[in-house]
Amino acid sequence: METFKLKIDDRQINAGGGDTVLQAALKAGIYIPNLCYDPRLAPYGGCRMCIVEIEGTRGFPAACTTRASDGMVVKTYGPQLDRLRLDTLELLLSDHPTDCLTCPGNQRCELQKVASFLGYNQRSLKPRKSDHPIDDSNPFFNLDRNYCVLCARCVRTCDEVTGINAIELINRGDESRVSTFAGSRLAESECRSCGECMVSCPVGAIHAKNSPVATEETATICPYCGVGCGIYLGTRQGKIVSVRGNEASPSNRGSLCVKGRFGINEFVHHSERLKSPRVKKEGGFESAEWEEALRIAGDKLSGYKPEEVAVIASAKATNEDNYVLQKFTRAVLGTNNIDHCARL
Amino acid sequence: MGLNSLRKESIHEWNEVLNPSRPQIFVGMSTCGEASGVVAVNKAIQDGLEEHGIDAVVNKTGCLGICYCEPLVDIIKPGKPRISYRSVEKTNVSGLLKDYILDDNPRPDLALGAWGQEFKGIPDLFELDFMKFQVRIALRNAGVINPENFSHYLARGGYQGFEKALDMDPEEIIAEIEKAGLRGRGGAGFPTGMKWKLCRKSRNFPKYLICNADEGDPGAFMDRSLLESDPHSVLEGMLIGAYAIGCSRGFIYIRAEYPLAIKRLKIALEHMKRHHLLGENILGSGFSFDIEIREGAGAFVCGEETALMKSIEGQRGTPYSRPPFPAQAGLWGKPTNINNVETWANVPVILEKGAGWFNRHGTEKSKGTKTFALAGKVNNTGLIEVPMGMTLEKIVYAIGGGVCDGKELKAVQTGGPAGGCLPLAKLGLTVDYESLAEAGSIMGSGGMIVLDEDDSMLETARYFLAFIQEESCGKCVPCRTGTRQMLAILDTFIKGRGKPQDIETLLSLGDSIKKTSLCGLGQAAPNPVLTTINYFRGEYEKGINPKLLRAKAHQ
Repeated sequence: METFKLKIDDRQINAGGGDTVLQAALKAGIYIPNLCYDPRLAPYGGCRMCIVEIEGTRGFPAACTTRASDGMVVKTYGPQLDRLRLDTLELLLSDHPTDCLTCPGNQRCELQKVASFLGYNQRSLKPRKSDHPIDDSNPFFNLDRNYCVLCARCVRTCDEVTGINAIELINRGDESRVSTFAGSRLAESECRSCGECMVSCPVGAIHAKNSPVATEETATICPYCGVGCGIYLGTRQGKIVSVRGNEASPSNRGSLCVKGRFGINEFVHHSERLKSPRVKKEGGFESAEWEEALRIAGDKLSGYKPEEVAVIASAKATNEDNYVLQKFTRAVLGTNNIDHCARL
Repeated sequence: MGLNSLRKESIHEWNEVLNPSRPQIFVGMSTCGEASGVVAVNKAIQDGLEEHGIDAVVNKTGCLGICYCEPLVDIIKPGKPRISYRSVEKTNVSGLLKDYILDDNPRPDLALGAWGQEFKGIPDLFELDFMKFQVRIALRNAGVINPENFSHYLARGGYQGFEKALDMDPEEIIAEIEKAGLRGRGGAGFPTGMKWKLCRKSRNFPKYLICNADEGDPGAFMDRSLLESDPHSVLEGMLIGAYAIGCSRGFIYIRAEYPLAIKRLKIALEHMKRHHLLGENILGSGFSFDIEIREGAGAFVCGEETALMKSIEGQRGTPYSRPPFPAQAGLWGKPTNINNVETWANVPVILEKGAGWFNRHGTEKSKGTKTFALAGKVNNTGLIEVPMGMTLEKIVYAIGGGVCDGKELKAVQTGGPAGGCLPLAKLGLTVDYESLAEAGSIMGSGGMIVLDEDDSMLETARYFLAFIQEESCGKCVPCRTGTRQMLAILDTFIKGRGKPQDIETLLSLGDSIKKTSLCGLGQAAPNPVLTTINYFRGEYEKGINPKLLRAKAHQ
């Protein structure tokens, strides 16, 4: 990859071919306030927080929509930039509630981060009260438009990352809002509940119904299917309370589906979860040791001719396990009668 | 394969119109005419001809721009000049037909002017104050020909520019446009030749060409009128541009609220197809090009080029940051050249008559002419085309006939909602891209509204700001929320409850919105407020709550 140098706030920075000014700055540890930027999405330039000054360029371009180039000289702060950003923030906050403490986005909110970075401390424009009803139809997360900053990260994620396009911005100007097709509730829409929009939301507008803050995180692999998504399981008091996609994992790059994101803690801690093999004895299932269960299975299978046996593989097993299973079926059981539950 | 034999026939047909063997009647059938009742007049003409047993040909024509005299009806009798009759009514048209056509009384009392000469007490139309200072290049055929008749356009020099272009190298054509000094008539004034050159340089194919006909400024109707009156001038310009740049597909993005313009464009495109001016191997030249019409769904912001392209692509019409410029990566990521209706209409003439002829008109940096929709408290309202560099004063007083009811002029608003209000003291200003911008307004697409002493500048600013606020797409914060906040503050002044410090709030908020907005719409949104504070601060001060002023005095 082509690399080059540019100067940001008097520091020499190395940047790569496709980097925007914002990406180059963030990689170098220089924070430029931003809200509508998500590294997974195409540049948008809507929040106008990341405006900068670039030598030889007119006005105040947004760092997120400007490609970094060799020899560029960028200034990310200064009296005028600070004032312009504060004015934009002030405008944004005049459309935003200030009940941070009871907001589900509290402590995770990027707007809070921007406001505190810019030293916002006084509301001078008249706030607008909004009373959009909360869409709580989805079993896992709520959509509360009153907190929405219209950065369109959710909408763009649903398009660019998941390809579902369940939501879109509708209306115009300050009547704009996030909507499903024909304004139906999320549960009745095309939404697959993957929660990618929720992850991308910089504020508390799309928030999990139940999301205590974890005290510890463990990197692992999602047990649900053969894709093998990398996840972080968040635990607290010995229990799994949160799941987060691992951005470094090559199989999912941070994305998750509804099962991985919202389905793990419930089944892990479910009272009816099977933790050992079960064998049928006298008409009912009973727990057994693995050795016993395998012996019984082996004995029974030996009593059949190959053409009398069929094997159904599971989507929850990994690719490697399923490979071994088909090998076992063909080479050991001697039959081609193997299929997969995903085809049923 | 050329147009020569067809052009010969067309000239013959056109001569039969100008020097007819039987009377020719032209009825001004544009939207402006329709709005002032021409449909009923047209019916009355048919009835009158029947009633008096007159054998005459009735033609429709476009808009001559003389809106204050609509409906306009022209009559050409054998051996006589074309006479335009003003404010024709369905009740008097039958009498007019009888008096002039049968009894040879040209009714000077109903006439507006005779074309090219004085005639029996009727003044020369082109010597009228409204007409004599105009130079009609883009509007050369408007109100003259029947826009639905291909022969008329051809007879008046149509497609000569294109045929000439086909004999030239694309680079030569672009050089000619550059030499002419043509700049974008959509408002920003970017040099057209340079734009074409950038797009031509790109080695990425296919390339697209767009005609921006999403005219949306309140009170502006130049493009509508041009498309309704002379669609081929725009289409020929596009053809030349496409050939010079190397585009294979063109779009006309036009607002759906212009049904008559769309209808006439469709008819004109049919003419072009029939005469091998569109499609594969145009006129046997090896050059292929097609034009499609795309109708906008009524969003002002879709006149902004990046939003316009999104809209053509079928996406939500919101702007995005440039670069990349359309010439590098536009429609579907391919090199795209966008010009406004009026810009395209100027192109054929430049090719036909040469850059030297064109750039004789105008100022050093703003060449040619500009059309304006002259409206408001001015005696002669209408569509005018004047050389760049004419003073506002001349436009308002000489062409516009001064302010209505002998009132005092207060301001002239130019440039539509993104423009500004210029006070009486700035009336000596010349109308060109540079001087208007310097005075805090813009050329814009050509809206020009005259305000008199009774007009409130606060209300005027509010009208335009409210328009922008309503039309903001909502993508970027400053435009979306800033315009609403400015409007709310402006309202306190209108109600006489303004806070003394809020004049400064408006100025600083306006400055921020201008500097931080994503697209041209937001960057110009505060202009109506900023220019009125600049030139009419006193009116804002009058809107301050007197109690607050007293409190301040006590401190």
